[in-house]
Amino acid sequence: MAQRVAIIGTGQTHHRSHRPDVTGREMIHEAVTRALEDCELTIRDIDAIVIGNMDHFESVNFADTWSVDGSGGVMKPIMKISTGGTTGASVSIAAQYHVASGLFDKVLAIGWEKNSESDTTGAIITCSDPIWDRFSYSGAISSLATEAIGYINRTGATQEDAARVAVRDRGNALNNPYAHLRKAITVDEVMNSPMLAYPIKLLDVCPRTDGACALVMAAEDEAKKLAPQPAWIKSSAVRHTYTWFGDPDPNTGLISLQRAAADAYEKAGITEPAKQLDVAELYMPYSYAGLKWIEDLRFCSEGGGAKFVREGHTAMDGMIPINPSGGVLSTNCIGATAMLRVAEAAIQVMGKGGDRQVPNVNNAVATGFGGCWWSDVMILTAEAP
Amino acid sequence: MIDPIAIVGVAQTSYERRKKDKTYYDLVYEVTRDALGDAGFTLDDIDGVVTVSNDFWDGRTISGMAVGDAAGVHDKNVSTVSGDGTFGAAYGAMRALGGGGTTLVVVHSKGSEGDPSTITNGMFDPIFQRLLGIDYVTSAALQCRRYLDAHGVAEEQLAQVSVKNHGNARNNPYAQLPLDLSVADVMASRPIADPLKLLDCSPVSDGAAAIILAPEDRAGKAKTRPVWVKGMAHCADEYVLGERDLADPKALRDAAKRAYAMAGVTDPVAELDLIELYDAFSYMEPLWLEGLGVCEPGQGATLIDKGLTTMGGALPVNPSGGVLSAHPVLVAGLARIIEAALQLRGEAGARQVAGAKRALAHGINGPCGQSHCVWVLSAEQ
Repeated sequence: MAQRVAIIGTGQTHHRSHRPDVTGREMIHEAVTRALEDCELTIRDIDAIVIGNMDHFESVNFADTWSVDGSGGVMKPIMKISTGGTTGASVSIAAQYHVASGLFDKVLAIGWEKNSESDTTGAIITCSDPIWDRFSYSGAISSLATEAIGYINRTGATQEDAARVAVRDRGNALNNPYAHLRKAITVDEVMNSPMLAYPIKLLDVCPRTDGACALVMAAEDEAKKLAPQPAWIKSSAVRHTYTWFGDPDPNTGLISLQRAAADAYEKAGITEPAKQLDVAELYMPYSYAGLKWIEDLRFCSEGGGAKFVREGHTAMDGMIPINPSGGVLSTNCIGATAMLRVAEAAIQVMGKGGDRQVPNVNNAVATGFGGCWWSDVMILTAEAP
Repeated sequence: MIDPIAIVGVAQTSYERRKKDKTYYDLVYEVTRDALGDAGFTLDDIDGVVTVSNDFWDGRTISGMAVGDAAGVHDKNVSTVSGDGTFGAAYGAMRALGGGGTTLVVVHSKGSEGDPSTITNGMFDPIFQRLLGIDYVTSAALQCRRYLDAHGVAEEQLAQVSVKNHGNARNNPYAQLPLDLSVADVMASRPIADPLKLLDCSPVSDGAAAIILAPEDRAGKAKTRPVWVKGMAHCADEYVLGERDLADPKALRDAAKRAYAMAGVTDPVAELDLIELYDAFSYMEPLWLEGLGVCEPGQGATLIDKGLTTMGGALPVNPSGGVLSAHPVLVAGLARIIEAALQLRGEAGARQVAGAKRALAHGINGPCGQSHCVWVLSAEQ
């Protein structure tokens, strides 16, 4: 029988664009130490470790065995999961299965990236086929721009509508002491920021960040003993649907997210997401995702994303606050980014959000995005099984 | 004790120096199709997929992206392990145990398309070690030298491992290097990195492999005889080579201890019928056998003298010819699991160990076997 699993501790670095003061391993160690302190454990209590990043950013091969001085993996089981932007969520789900399998009771999950040591776009475009895709249509921003134009054409949403998403997330980041970009912005500033790939402007997109995140997961009995309020994993689902950047149709919703969300909602018994979920930490690498992908998550009707945001339903005091942490637009240490969504959702469920806490969170959703239009979804709950 | 799960389908390509006519996603498609065929399953029977790849070996970031279509991941729960196939299979087994249902594990590698020295140099510390040019071969040479010195082992004794395994490979139609060798041939082969000679080293290979892991209630649906997973454990040692005693595989001892405890193995020599282990270099076989508790430290090299590990011995090691006879990186560990499974199904053809009921498979990650994964498999539930 599968064991029930809960997140009992989270830790993250204070995220910055450059961390020249630490090596990758030292940065990992910071997050691990904070996660262990959060649940009052030591590394000796940990049965196994799962770690992930994207190899080509730091040019370290076999980061699992490289990391052990920072991750605490010496004489412990450790394995590496790497799925691009979704890595942090995929690592979280792997840690979940480590515990659910019954093989381990307390597992440490780690996501990290030191983007300052990389040529981020140079490394990302090598995900594409070297013959067909790499020199024509690859990397993050060109495909996102295609999606944004498709969405604008289909729904009549404006660039100002998208800008409101960036303003919201960057404003929320002021409440998060760990966020990388902690400076409020206005719609005008977004609109006047340099155009990168039409209609995406500088302030519509995520930064590059150095940072790490760690989670401690525990089996049911341990979680009840160790945490006053564990964040129970109700369900998780993944759709890494596409192989080629030309596969998805920019004139429809994000199919991988629709299907991963439907799978996760069904397992968690969620039929009305905007009502049943109390907070959402979403991997949105650019502002237009904050309009379109909330439709795919069924927070609002198809084509209703811009209106839903404009009416304030996603604000801190709205129906379903999105990204109290400031989200990916404020912090983006790629291999850690999706784990930060899981960690921040867990923080909300555990009631440890400080200035960014949403009151009375019972159910929370976290997502990961990456690869080739891939989606990971995890639902957390305060209710013990 | 773990809940019962079984390997119900297996497939591997033949291993070759260069599969020029196929991309690695062609290879993944081939083994996905064949593993499903072996089990008598369709993609509808698969709940989740774990692909295994390495961005350095593939020369692509998010290397799992290239094989999604070929591995049938569309609209399924999926993940990607970066590491040896035994570790990928371990995650697959955790998913099968943890409510993730029937799980397909697919591994690929084309050593021919990269520069193995540069790629494995990337495992080492970028500031202090990488500029020395150290790679998987030169680090292995250090470990081999340490092993020889620690126990007074002779290079000729290690040469016997190469003779045995390349000889065994003659019975394995998938092997890349079936060879009829003598100790003198190995000793006279070209020096690579002292004390390693060419025939002490595994080749560069292309290939792919796949297995299907099913929970108990689904295993009966397969047309194959299920091979039950009785024990499974992994463990990592120190990273910096100088912080380890390279002649003492303590991470392997720890992994073996936990896998044996799960499987109820107390005397590996008496209770295992064969071992498939990760012999990337000839010295690794005796060293890993010591770590697996088959013999005392320093005694591994005498096992062949005593005939214990040969095909006719009490505990045949690498009936397939092992990694020395084909070394598609990452795939090689899963190939050990597949070879053990075929033995337990009684379908290993000319390399069959008669009456095999319980087998051990083993894989490694990182330089000089920093991290080990041990599997105990059984023909009987």
